[in-house]
Amino acid sequence: MMLADILASLFPTGHDVTVTDDLITGKGTLRGGGSIHVLGIAGEKDLGVDDAVLLAGRVLQIVKAGDGVPILVLIDSSSQRMSRRDELLGLSEYLAHLAKSLLLAEAQGHRTIGLLYGGSAAGAFIATALATGTLVALPGAHPAVMDLPSMARVTKLSIDVLKAKAEATPVFAPGLENLAQTGAIHAVWDADRSLAEQLLALLAEPPEHDTRDRLGADRGGRLKAVAIAQRVVALASASRA
Amino acid sequence: MNAVGVANTLSLSWYEASARQRVAALVDSGSFVEFIGPEQREMSPHLGIFDLPEQFDDGMIVGQATLRGRAVLVAAQEGRFMGGSFGEVHGAKLTGLLRAAHTLGHDVLILFDTGGVRLQEANAGELAIGEIIRAIVEARAAGVKVIGLIGGRAGCYGGGGLIAGTCSTLIVSEQGRISVSGPEVIETNKGVEEFDSRDRALVWRTMGGKHRYLIGGADVFVDDNATAFRNAAIAALDDVGRFDLTVLEAEQLRLERRLRRFGEARDAADIWASLGVTGPAEVPTLATEDFLRRAADKRETADDAR
Repeated sequence: MMLADILASLFPTGHDVTVTDDLITGKGTLRGGGSIHVLGIAGEKDLGVDDAVLLAGRVLQIVKAGDGVPILVLIDSSSQRMSRRDELLGLSEYLAHLAKSLLLAEAQGHRTIGLLYGGSAAGAFIATALATGTLVALPGAHPAVMDLPSMARVTKLSIDVLKAKAEATPVFAPGLENLAQTGAIHAVWDADRSLAEQLLALLAEPPEHDTRDRLGADRGGRLKAVAIAQRVVALASASRA
Repeated sequence: MNAVGVANTLSLSWYEASARQRVAALVDSGSFVEFIGPEQREMSPHLGIFDLPEQFDDGMIVGQATLRGRAVLVAAQEGRFMGGSFGEVHGAKLTGLLRAAHTLGHDVLILFDTGGVRLQEANAGELAIGEIIRAIVEARAAGVKVIGLIGGRAGCYGGGGLIAGTCSTLIVSEQGRISVSGPEVIETNKGVEEFDSRDRALVWRTMGGKHRYLIGGADVFVDDNATAFRNAAIAALDDVGRFDLTVLEAEQLRLERRLRRFGEARDAADIWASLGVTGPAEVPTLATEDFLRRAADKRETADDAR
């Protein structure tokens, strides 16, 4: 879906969301009268130091206003911006700062919902989508940690061999379905139904604590993570007593 | 039982040491108790698909210890196994440790040594990074300090760099490189004109511990030995753990200011010159004491702004 269509379906009664240099900001009106902050990345843009600090600044403004209004993060990005300048200036700090800002907003009572509607990868994905409280996606979204040709180069395996292995496991290959199976995606929305209704239904669900590892186990895409994490918690707690 | 709070007498190069040697040298002698140690053989269930050898601890060591008598939780990555990369088991051990830290109110030491997400289990590794970052933030919001120690062979790259950026304190040595995209990744994607990964001096200047310390990307700069890391960690435990809007607003200003001051710089040496560091071209060759003297009052800091 195109961003304009997504916004129209999300906010049939209106919004003031604008896109400048592929950065999304604004507010939408929810059915039933409430509102929701909207921000994000469009146009498969890569996320560098300049945009990360702009987005984080916007999130912190929202937190400071203290209105408790939910935040919708729309994502159609590339990976982190790969450049000498970004790394010279400390890109890791900028991306981490954005992730922390989103997590702070959630801790301060703003529901944070990520809507992945295009691409996203690597550092950009971690700093935006994975830092929201609930991540949903639209069909056709195409997240990837790394594309298969690059992966082939690094693993020194042919693309055909990688494709064959990807049939057997969702754990490494790019794609929405694979990522959903590991537990990263709460739900894939139905593009043929009103997004406004699906958003309202999601907001009506009580917020959950991080359940992505349990979800990954239930869906068969990440069988060990939840048990390992739980065992470590139990061992740490037991040895203290 | 061991005497309370006693350091190992052994001094070793942090860069050369294994993860287990680092843990042993960092915490009070004999105090480390591992959770899900190698004898449990909790290995990666995915490496076999690629005909790659597993390791019994999946390259991540987690447990509890004391540091000068104080209870801490410790995690250490083994950079010599799969580049210290985050896979499903590797990541889940750290996630669990951080969740325990939140519950117990114990501070955490993370000994980074990583190239980032393990590509053979990329989706699980990437998601683990997200879970770890969330767990760190939640623990920090409850007052827990999460201290990162960076000076290993693999550096701290990719998602590891993002995790480091969420820690309350970062201790680095000259060898401690922090970055998201590694030199080879930038060169492969953007060309050798953008970044020549074979130019090692460029790599150290752009991503190394001295540069990170000078721009406020790291808080403490130490010699490449375990005793120096231990002493810095002990001092960092005395800081007050804070994570709130005030801290992030201060970080926002700090990062905006960095772009204004240095956003046009081409090379790290230009930034060091703008900072007013005496003899910026000599920085890479300076011994620690001399470097710290020249950095004092010139470097940007991240106090209460990380």
